[in-house]
Amino acid sequence: MPIKLIKQALNGKPPRLWRPHEMKSSYDVVIIGGGAHGLACAYYLAKNHGITNVAVLEKRYIGSGGSGRNTTIIRSNYLTPEGVRFYDESVKLYEQMSAEFDFNVMFSQRGHLTLAHTDAAVRTMRRRAEVNQLQGVNSSLIFPDEIKKLCPPIDVSDHPRYPILGALYHPPGGIIRHDAVVWGYASHADRMGVHIHQMTEVTGIQVEDGKVVGVETTRGTIKTGMVLNATAGWCSTIADMVGVKLPITTYPLQACVTEPLKPFLDVIIVSGSLHVYVSQSDRGELVMGAAVDPFASYDMRGSLSFTEELAGHMLELFPSLAHVRILRQWAGLCDMTPDYSPVMGFTPVEGFVVDVGWGTYGFKASPVSGKRMAELIATNETPELLRPFRLSRFYENDLVGEKGAASVGH
Amino acid sequence: MLLLDCPNCGLRNVAEFRYGGEVNARPKLPLDTADTDWQEYIYMRRNVAGMQKEWWYHRAGCGCWFLAERHTKTNVVAKTYFWRPSGSGVGESDRPSSP
Repeated sequence: MPIKLIKQALNGKPPRLWRPHEMKSSYDVVIIGGGAHGLACAYYLAKNHGITNVAVLEKRYIGSGGSGRNTTIIRSNYLTPEGVRFYDESVKLYEQMSAEFDFNVMFSQRGHLTLAHTDAAVRTMRRRAEVNQLQGVNSSLIFPDEIKKLCPPIDVSDHPRYPILGALYHPPGGIIRHDAVVWGYASHADRMGVHIHQMTEVTGIQVEDGKVVGVETTRGTIKTGMVLNATAGWCSTIADMVGVKLPITTYPLQACVTEPLKPFLDVIIVSGSLHVYVSQSDRGELVMGAAVDPFASYDMRGSLSFTEELAGHMLELFPSLAHVRILRQWAGLCDMTPDYSPVMGFTPVEGFVVDVGWGTYGFKASPVSGKRMAELIATNETPELLRPFRLSRFYENDLVGEKGAASVGH
Repeated sequence: MLLLDCPNCGLRNVAEFRYGGEVNARPKLPLDTADTDWQEYIYMRRNVAGMQKEWWYHRAGCGCWFLAERHTKTNVVAKTYFWRPSGSGVGESDRPSSP
């Protein structure tokens, strides 16, 4: 590897991870959305099922939506058995990712602590720990003395307004370099023949007799019988093109980073009650997020009330950060569903499948949703793991109440 | 959208209000409504990227629920007004927003 790097540096020609292509007039599968989900699905379609005549359409550049705006936390300590099984497969795929791609995605399994500030929250954490352990996921309830050992700078005293009473400790939880995940999927999908079309916006989807026959884009029309809607933020707009109704409302979620600090925080700290989650990146910046904005919108501007509230809550946990400055702030779009679970699978329109409703838990699920959606497309059957998340659950009154999701006010 | 025009109290900081979601006509005759129509009323949303008619509640003010027409991509509010019953479900009682 180092010799390869030196050669490339001297040549002045870094290798292209993926190439631009002319748009073909027809593809077997068209994936709308060039984020980690869409690219992972393209990758697994090619790798596991030999379907390489695939186009990934991206309105801007790949990874410019939710995949580049999340706070990169990977975990599987959810509340429902369906959710735990699903996200656990994702964590396992993330663990193999660097080796599989021969590309360092910097997955750092540093441990994930979800703090409890009330007796009710301690009870919930115990329940989550039990559900997790039953599913074979490493997760347990710990108390302030252990929390202090794992994370010395945190204030576990009884001084704050909401003192820390316990935490759900999930050692396999970690953070990752999210752009590398997108690039890894893109480069390997590209090598196997998938066409990635950036700066290509979908303007319409052609349906005849209840079946998808083509996709209209800003770069021409494509004939296809299979379209995957893997967009975040715009999933309702895309679904509306074929008249499919989705149970989704889009909210912005803001996040920010501080100026770089020396390494002092080597676990991920999350507090549902205080609406804050924080980890320290490899560059030393504290990556912080909070709750979704209080009203639905597609506007991704930051607000002062967000930084004020977040800073207040951060200081309750880490009083020593009082003089640290915030470096930048951004927002991403979260497609919230009524039960905080995604919507994956078939729709009433034949040839139009969805992988949407990823609220605040989309990035951590990219590998498993890509793998299983590829299986669904290739076999035309819903894999067992995805059954709980089908769109028709809303018509069968069979929701998956996933209150273990982050940054949602329950 | 940092200010919202309450039809009762005038321009106020958006933090005073609670967002009540998009306007979604409730099925007229509950007992004659099919289950799927109820499920769509409860769960399905248009989630428009554009002008949207929506509910707001002035939580830290007069305590009134009212309607707003807001562009969801820019958060510019075109107008706010009280709901009034009419033949079509959601009635109009226009009061243009102050600029």
